[in-house]
Amino acid sequence: MAAAKTRTSTFSRNLSTAAPSHGPGLKCGPNGTVFLSSGIPDLDKILGGGFPLGSLVMVMEDAEAPHHMLLLRNFMAQGLVLGQHLLYSSPARDPRGFLGTLPSPAASKDDKSRERDPDQEKGLRIAWQYKKYFGENQLDGQRDGKHEYSNEFDLRKPLERHFINGPRIDCVSIQDCPDLSTLRDRCATFLSQFPRNDGSISCAGRIAIQSFCAPQRAYSNMEWDMLSFIRSLKSMVRSSNSVAIITFPPSLLSPSFCKRWQHMADTLLSVKAIQDEDKELAQLLTGYQDMVGFLNVHKVARINTQVY
Amino acid sequence: MNQRSSNLLDEALGLDQVIEPWPLRGRVVAIEDQVDTSGSFVLHHLLKRSLSPNSSNVAIFIAFSQPFSHYDRILRKLGCNLVSQRDNSRFFFFDMLKLQCPGITPEGGLIALYGKIHKTISALPEISWKNVSIIIDDLSLMEVAANGSSDYVLDFLQYCRTLTSEFDCSLITLNHEDIYSNEDRPTFLIQMEYLADILIKAEPLATGLATDVHGQLTVSNKGWNKVSNFHFKVKENVVECFYPGRSRG
Repeated sequence: MAAAKTRTSTFSRNLSTAAPSHGPGLKCGPNGTVFLSSGIPDLDKILGGGFPLGSLVMVMEDAEAPHHMLLLRNFMAQGLVLGQHLLYSSPARDPRGFLGTLPSPAASKDDKSRERDPDQEKGLRIAWQYKKYFGENQLDGQRDGKHEYSNEFDLRKPLERHFINGPRIDCVSIQDCPDLSTLRDRCATFLSQFPRNDGSISCAGRIAIQSFCAPQRAYSNMEWDMLSFIRSLKSMVRSSNSVAIITFPPSLLSPSFCKRWQHMADTLLSVKAIQDEDKELAQLLTGYQDMVGFLNVHKVARINTQVY
Repeated sequence: MNQRSSNLLDEALGLDQVIEPWPLRGRVVAIEDQVDTSGSFVLHHLLKRSLSPNSSNVAIFIAFSQPFSHYDRILRKLGCNLVSQRDNSRFFFFDMLKLQCPGITPEGGLIALYGKIHKTISALPEISWKNVSIIIDDLSLMEVAANGSSDYVLDFLQYCRTLTSEFDCSLITLNHEDIYSNEDRPTFLIQMEYLADILIKAEPLATGLATDVHGQLTVSNKGWNKVSNFHFKVKENVVECFYPGRSRG
């Protein structure tokens, strides 16, 4: 027990500039950014903490495989489990149906024996090449507080009903939107709940837009309208405490517009399927049989900084 | 202070000597980058140089890409306080993040923007006229704001170019080269490259990603008939530039 020290100087620490405490699922990062988890702890590590609030994440889909859905599921489930709000939009007629496929957090490791049986691997893990360059302690750090920020998810178990039926979720079907202004307005209303100011953040929001591409009724200036929508979404997200993720099929865009979309993203990811029975890959990669696809990180958000 | 490390870039632009007049005065500088290699650090560096304490320069920053807080934090680490520069009327920040031209005609929006710039410069004391830098981040987003009417954007840039002769200011723009290189007729890019007196291209290395080298810069200075090429590494408070094969310039 330290004895109380009498002050010997007139300088005292300005406690009001200490980092404000934030709501659940949020973590302070460098340069005044606050992160929320992608729902995949390995991906959070690769990205340097998670997705920064105010950023736009874009995911380039693989036309031959639905792996982007895995990213979305984990992203959405993570938000719901931690009490964050969610706006989900998809081309399906009834987007709510997708919520039934969200995974539940995996059982805590304390409940089972310490021995992890590799055959029981049920969550989405990311095996990345440079993992071996990190010290063991860095990888396994902070297990105690982890569940307040991110969870491992069990893709075989559906998320409990009460998470999905809560008031914190809103769904929009693109089919119901005659043009993008409806979707833009829904996003604006949603984001108005989390205005950004200097202070502690009580609640954060997540927007997930799946397979954003030209709706059935395409018209001549459509490509520019979609770009305009993304730009306005990005600027709305920038001034709020939320993260938006948009997945899109690059094959449906002209190469020039595809590049424009890529430049719009703060964080740019792409997913690619791995062929079964590829002998060359099997020799190159350990654990090839367990792998379902490649995740490429093309760009990492640089908010308030010019370095990664 | 940090003069040594950025010498190659400053040298290529004539900024390594503290001379009057400001070497970029009356010139158009076009920065081009790609998804893999961002060129915004060049913009930050030029902004810092234009607001250096030795000069009486004024910077007008037209931001389509990021809010003020983003640039403020970055420039602070580079040793430049944008808030106090703004308070001293040396830095003007035009936040265009929410400019939406469908509401007003693309032409109307850009004409209004030009008017605002002209008014701001005219309102300055005459002695400052010759030392104004207009910085645009970035042109591809200006096209989006104009709803695809690239012709209006080009007209706007031509008008800004008249300012470089009328008031002797410098125009510094950032654009993304890989958007246009995929088009059949990359008119916009070619026009911009034609307009530019100095072209700075940020590209990835041919060998791919590396921790020690973030990319390469090619500076084509038409006024001096000189082309420089070197590697760079971006850090929090400085950009290190060095010739290929060496670690420090």
